[in-house]
Amino acid sequence: MTYIRSFLNIVALPLILLFIWFLATLGEASFFVPTPQLLVETFINTWTADRFVGDVFPSLGRLIAGIALSILIGIVGGLLIGSFRWLRALLEPTLEFFRAIPPTVLIPVLMLLIGIGDEMKVSVIVLGAVWPILLNTIEGVRSMDEVLADTSRTYGMTKINSIRYLILPSAMPQIMAGIRQSLSIALILMVISEMFASTEGLGFAIVQFQRSFAIPEMWSGIVLLGLIGVVLSFIFQLAERWILGWYHGLREIEQSA
Amino acid sequence: MTDESSSPGLDPRGDAPRNREEEVHRLHRWESSAAADRRGGDIRRHTDVSTSAGLDIATRPDPAAPLTSVAQSGATGRATTSGPGRARRRRRRGWSTRLLGAAGVLGLLLTWEIVPRVGLVNERFMPPASEAIGGLITNFGLTDFWVAVFDTMHAWALGMVIAVTMATALGFIIGSSTFLRRFTNSTIEFLRPVPSVALIPLAVLLFGVGIESSLMLIVYACFWQVLIQVLYGVADVDSVAMNTARSYGLGPVARMRHVTFPTALPYIMTGVRLAAAVALILAVTAQLIIGTPGLGAEISRAQSGGNYVSMYALVLATGLLGVLINLVMRMIERKVLSWHSSVRTEVAA
Repeated sequence: MTYIRSFLNIVALPLILLFIWFLATLGEASFFVPTPQLLVETFINTWTADRFVGDVFPSLGRLIAGIALSILIGIVGGLLIGSFRWLRALLEPTLEFFRAIPPTVLIPVLMLLIGIGDEMKVSVIVLGAVWPILLNTIEGVRSMDEVLADTSRTYGMTKINSIRYLILPSAMPQIMAGIRQSLSIALILMVISEMFASTEGLGFAIVQFQRSFAIPEMWSGIVLLGLIGVVLSFIFQLAERWILGWYHGLREIEQSA
Repeated sequence: MTDESSSPGLDPRGDAPRNREEEVHRLHRWESSAAADRRGGDIRRHTDVSTSAGLDIATRPDPAAPLTSVAQSGATGRATTSGPGRARRRRRRGWSTRLLGAAGVLGLLLTWEIVPRVGLVNERFMPPASEAIGGLITNFGLTDFWVAVFDTMHAWALGMVIAVTMATALGFIIGSSTFLRRFTNSTIEFLRPVPSVALIPLAVLLFGVGIESSLMLIVYACFWQVLIQVLYGVADVDSVAMNTARSYGLGPVARMRHVTFPTALPYIMTGVRLAAAVALILAVTAQLIIGTPGLGAEISRAQSGGNYVSMYALVLATGLLGVLINLVMRMIERKVLSWHSSVRTEVAA
């Protein structure tokens, strides 16, 4: 019974919204909004294997490369900056400024400096997505328990060991929070970098549909982007549950105690 | 969500706030997005005001603050990171920190000045810092520049107002009913990760280069930021406070005004602060790609016209605007929530 109820809770509103959409487009065909049936049809016809190879995979490749680089740079840089107080003081205002620049305005700059190839698009993603990870890592390293740090030093832990067993785990919850925020930024920047200057990719395809007034196809692209966003956040949740499993477990024990 | 939250005692120093914090963290397991935005000083500043570690947690103005790590809370509690000793240390470090920061900025500018001058990159594509800053200063004297700034800020402000109003109203309605919360959960979780820029083509078709295009993107992106925070805030209401208000005969509206709203306010402010940054990004992006008038469109024009000095100057300007917005939002947050920490400190003392 409770299962049925929770299932109803999940599907009820989406179904109602779909139904409203269906009713609203029932009468005269609107130019801007396709009917649900037409959209599903177009989606299947538009996003064929060909298009996936030509447009979607290159986009996803750049997205993944950008995210991976952001995570790497963010964590390594964050560990460095977070460990040295003077370095943090030295770089903080500069980082604050770079973080405040809307990453999209760097697209024209990067186009000038490194052309319009994949490097530019990946750099744009990194330049936007690295900040939440970097700043959260700094904060995570900085807020580490002093007694634990002193203990590990007293016990003669080597630098590498203390990074591996002490600093990284204690900063990990914050790092994951940063990565979560970066994912959505990375996706946005992937699309925009392709809308700006590109000959292939998801963003390019959608803009192309719009310019040729292929409205249902354009909508199908928007839906695909939405699905990618949802899948990305789902994958992240799984990853977080796996990486931070020990942490959530500990929290629950603490809580019930 | 919080229906089962253990009813904590009224002593803010006791275990109760920690339980509540735990509760909040459980809710925030997936939503620690504000964590990234919570910058160095915020929490420490509040730590300095409060006198006990427990209070530090209770008055934390940033509800989505990152889950405090186990390493921190597990072994020794939080006493080591707060307290008067820490405050003294901070004050002494104050201006040397500032000096180092200035040195960092200067170093960056110097690098930017030297790299094009010695020919590491083409001077035409990356003019030295002095020229870009000169261009920025020239801009300050031009009407066109200020019109562009005004256009950008206009879209930003309007989008913020619409998004915050809608999200707060809807958040209070949805948050105050368990049924509605369960009913809308799946839809919200599905629509939230949809990237707002996916709507750019649609916005262009519907509104062309009008300000409505930017507004549509800004409102969509900011709406979720604020809505999620409001939902958490409304769910965080202390059940003892709520029951007390009810037995004192406060009506639904009065309870909303005197119990729910003050609880949710810190959350709302966090949402608004995050949304402010997002709104600027989307305002500029819409101008850059769609061509809505504003700083973004100016950058695009400077770039296609080969006026690279002016392009760099405009990029600097958007950065400064971003810093300014961050500062102002943080100031507003501190103003609006000043009662939050100070009142509790008095109770504790």
